[in-house]
This record gives sequence, structure tokens and C-alpha cells, in this order.
Amino acid sequence: MTEIEPDETVDSRGAACPGPLMDLIGAIRGVDSGAVIRLLSDNEQSHTDVPEWAEESGNELLAVEERDDHAAFYVEKA
Amino acid sequence: MTERIVIVGGGTGGSVLANDLADRLEPELDAGDVEVTLVNDGPEQVYKPVWLYVPFGQREPADGRRRLDELVDDAVDLRIDRVSDVDTDAKRLRFDDGPSMEYDYLVLATGSTLEPERIPGLAEGGHDYYSESGATELRDELLSFTEGEIVLSVVGTPHMCPAAPLEFVFMIDDWFRKRGLREDVEVTYTYPIQRVHGNPHIAEWARPIMDERGIDVETFFNAESVDPDAGTITSMEGTELGYDLLVSIPPHAGVDLIEEAGLGDDGWVDVNKHTLEAEAADDVYALGDTAATGVPNAGSVAHYQAGVVGERLASDVRGRPATATYDGKTLCFIETGMDAASFVEFDYENPPSPAPPSQKLHWSKLAYNESYWLTARGLL
Repeated sequence: MTEIEPDETVDSRGAACPGPLMDLIGAIRGVDSGAVIRLLSDNEQSHTDVPEWAEESGNELLAVEERDDHAAFYVEKA
Repeated sequence: MTERIVIVGGGTGGSVLANDLADRLEPELDAGDVEVTLVNDGPEQVYKPVWLYVPFGQREPADGRRRLDELVDDAVDLRIDRVSDVDTDAKRLRFDDGPSMEYDYLVLATGSTLEPERIPGLAEGGHDYYSESGATELRDELLSFTEGEIVLSVVGTPHMCPAAPLEFVFMIDDWFRKRGLREDVEVTYTYPIQRVHGNPHIAEWARPIMDERGIDVETFFNAESVDPDAGTITSMEGTELGYDLLVSIPPHAGVDLIEEAGLGDDGWVDVNKHTLEAEAADDVYALGDTAATGVPNAGSVAHYQAGVVGERLASDVRGRPATATYDGKTLCFIETGMDAASFVEFDYENPPSPAPPSQKLHWSKLAYNESYWLTARGLL
């Protein structure tokens, strides 16, 4: 388990692609620089979508936490 | 005791459902055992697909309007008022003007609204064809546009008719080409994720057509701000594009009262995607754009979902187990120019496979748009 404390959690479990990434982007829009968003997704595509977008946008993917039936992505807004 | 079914929203989903219930529950309606009320905040239904053609001067906004009292069966009570509050514990609706109303079953079909103000400068600097006023203002710009840069930016998802941004750039390309102006017009399409459409199968089909026709593409482009004076749009990812004409798909949201009622975020009702029942309240259904199912916000979806909800409500009213479910069925024509179109059909299990573009499919789309009012009346 990561010890990162997110400022906001976005639960996109059950959402079809590209829902989780769009939920993350929407959350990043609404927070200040330095804030950490935790995205919960059970969509396999998020494992490629989220790192690709984080790199493209300059936001940092701090950690990916694998859980039983989903993953948690921690992204810090640049 | 009379069972009261209230449908909020007189768009495609609401009117198809009202007419479906009028037919399906005719004996109970005649006997006074059931009442069906359709609530809408105006006297007309607006058929939004017409707006795609308005900027090209091929349709008028009035072509997309009909009076609800001419579309909906007389057995349905039509109430023109705006719902101000949904209380799912007391099973009661409050209204802007008239008295409150109690329900036994509630269906929310309130649809999408546009929120361009979420992006600084977008309302001032951008045009759209996702509203009647937007489409006519865009027409005023487009019909006299002969050279320069056109940027089509998909800002918000989910948005109504996911195919329409692709259709617009394909039509723009063909429209200028046929008029001998294409070499003087640059067309750029932007999309928020790493491909040109949310559905990977449609993206894979569309991208080569865009490349072949010289439509520039910017993916991973999430608009952050628009500078109308400088004529630029800038993304969260740090890309800046200049434009002479900016056409956007603005951010969408549902209506506020859904979030206020605790039924879901951003105005979309959290539902079981098969039964279309609200997760957070009993005896509440949602359909069309309003239901957060993950399928496209499209008229065909609302149409098919209305049939499922109608069947389930009839079972509920008659005290029988409701067995009808929605399988994600979606149909969509996709214009690929001014006289050619493709077609897709898919559901939760089966992905789309776009048909080869043809003139026949283009005419099929236009013919369906003309006959849509038969769908609204529950006849097609």
C-alpha cells in the first residue's frame, strides 16, 4: 500500500474506456498545482491511458497501486 | 388506487416512452388505474440532429421543432413546467410554477446541457452546432468563410452524438473541396485522448480517412483556455493552436436537480446499465443522456431504452417481475462528406464495425431524420 495521501479520489470503477481517463482529466482541471488525485479504475486500458496522458500533459504519475479487482493511480498536478 | 407514472423531459426518450406507455397500458389508462404525465419545460420537442446541417445552410432550426401536444398520445397528461426539486423519499416533485406532484414511478429523461463557461474564453471565442443559437451563429460565419484555419475541438466528453465531431470535419472537408476552396482552408481536429474517437474501433476507422483528406489531428488535447482576441486555443498539455474559426463541442452536464437529489454526479443518474433503475432511489428510472450507462448520448439509445423502461414499468404496474433489460444497443449514421455516410450498430458485447461509406447510407440518414417524428410519436 502506498502512503501517498490524495487530495481527491475519483472512483471510475465500472466505467468504460475512455471514461476513467476523462474523469481523471476533469478532476485535474479542478485542483491547484501540487494536488494529488487518486483514480480508481477497473478498466485495463487505464494502465496505458493514464501513464501516456500523464507524460503528455507533464503531470506526474506518482504510483500505481494494484488492488484485488481494480487499480489506484496517483497523479500529481504539475 | 391509481398508479402515477411521471416522465420528466420531453426529448426523444421522454416522448417515445410516453407513447409506448399509452399503447402498452391502454386498458389501465382507460380504467383510470394508471396515470402517465410527461413534464417538459417548454411546449416543443427539439430534434437536435438537424443542427449538424444548419451551418451548411441545408436545414433550418424550425425543421427540428414540433409541438409536444401533437407528438404525444392524448392519454398522456402533458404538463409544461420546470421541475425544481426531486424528493425520492417522499416521491414528490416540486415545480417552478404549479403545485407539487407525487409519483409512484419516476423516469428522468432530462438530457444534456452545454457549459462552455467552464473553459475561459470559449463562449466568446468559439462556435458550436450543439445548440440552436450556436448552429445559426456558426452558419453566419461559415457561409462567408473562404480561407483560413478552422479548428474543431472536442472539449467535453461525454457529449451528445459522439460521431458528430467526425461528421463535421468530414463534411467541412468535402464542402470546401466541392467549392474549389479546400486548398485555402486548413482543418484541424482535436480530441482529448490519444485517438480521434472514444470508441477504439471507430477511431481506427476514422483516422486513415482524416489523414487521406488532409485533416490535421491533435490528440491528447484538452482545451484549457481560449483567447478570442489572439485567436488561439491552448490545451492542458501545453499545445497552442491558432484559428480563424473555432468550432467546439462544449463541456456537457445534466441538470442540477439530479445531483441535488443525490442521484448522481454532474447531472447524470447512476443506474444499473441493464435495468436502467437508479442506484440511489427506488422506483426511479433514467434513460437517454441522463442515464450514466457509458453508451453514447444518442437518440437511438434513448429510443431503445424507452422501450425497455416502458416494458419494465408495465410489469411494475401489473405486479409482475420486470424482466426487460437494455443490452447497450446503439445505431448511428456517420456522415463522411456532403453526400456519403457510414453506419454503425453495436451493444455492450459487440463492438462497432463501420460500414463502407456510400451515398445510399447518406440518403438513409437524411430519410430517417425526416421520418424521426414518427419515432417520437411511437410509430417507428
